[in-house]
Amino acid sequence: MANMTNNRPLSPHLQVYKLIPTMVMSIVHRITGGALYFGTILVAWWLIAAASGPSYFEFVNGIFGSWIGRLILLGYTWALVHHLLGGLRHFMMDFGYGLEKELSTRLAKLQVVVSVALTVLIWIVAFLVR
Amino acid sequence: MNMRTPLKKVRGLGAAREGTEHFWRQRVTAVANVPLFLFFLGFLIKYNGKPYPEVVAALHNPIVATIIGLMVVSGIVHMKLGMQMIIEDYITTEWRKVTLLMLNTFFSFLLGALCLFAVLKIGFAG
Repeated sequence: MANMTNNRPLSPHLQVYKLIPTMVMSIVHRITGGALYFGTILVAWWLIAAASGPSYFEFVNGIFGSWIGRLILLGYTWALVHHLLGGLRHFMMDFGYGLEKELSTRLAKLQVVVSVALTVLIWIVAFLVR
Repeated sequence: MNMRTPLKKVRGLGAAREGTEHFWRQRVTAVANVPLFLFFLGFLIKYNGKPYPEVVAALHNPIVATIIGLMVVSGIVHMKLGMQMIIEDYITTEWRKVTLLMLNTFFSFLLGALCLFAVLKIGFAG
């Protein structure tokens, strides 16, 4: 019985298909979601630091303000913005709009451009306001 | 041939007896996350690099504390549901799947508890 189930033919996985924008965005949506899952540790850490007192808050802020900390936060910002935009695209598709081949491809490509642009904009504003 | 009883059909809950609950919660929290996270992003931009007393005073505000608390709840539920879906999709060995699903629950509750405690502590005590 075990042998029978082991030798069953498997359907081909992702690698046999040509990568197209909508497919890549779907995969990236899942990857950014997974990254944000662990990125929530950063949010929790920051809130705990704020609740712990000035010295620990300064310590955590120092880590977030270092070049590696900023790089991670930049990545977190992009993942958040990209996942948010992907979610909005999903809402549209849930209601049955934007499913046409050309339009869906164009929107998938647009998502990358907009997510990068918004991330850069957010960081520029954050530095200007400072 | 349909072997389902009329009651089973009308309930429409399927084999897992949960129906579309997972899907629905994922969408509801997704919608809630949009304004809540935009608010949090704006908050971080505004208080980026500000001294400790100023940041805590801002978090002490009841409206701010409530919105960030809601963001934590909605965000944690959303991420837990999402990770559950990833685990169920890719992990086929039963004991590994069950273990990871449990770890997902523990991790989500732990993070949620930490965040909420911090928000409430600042909200009540400052």
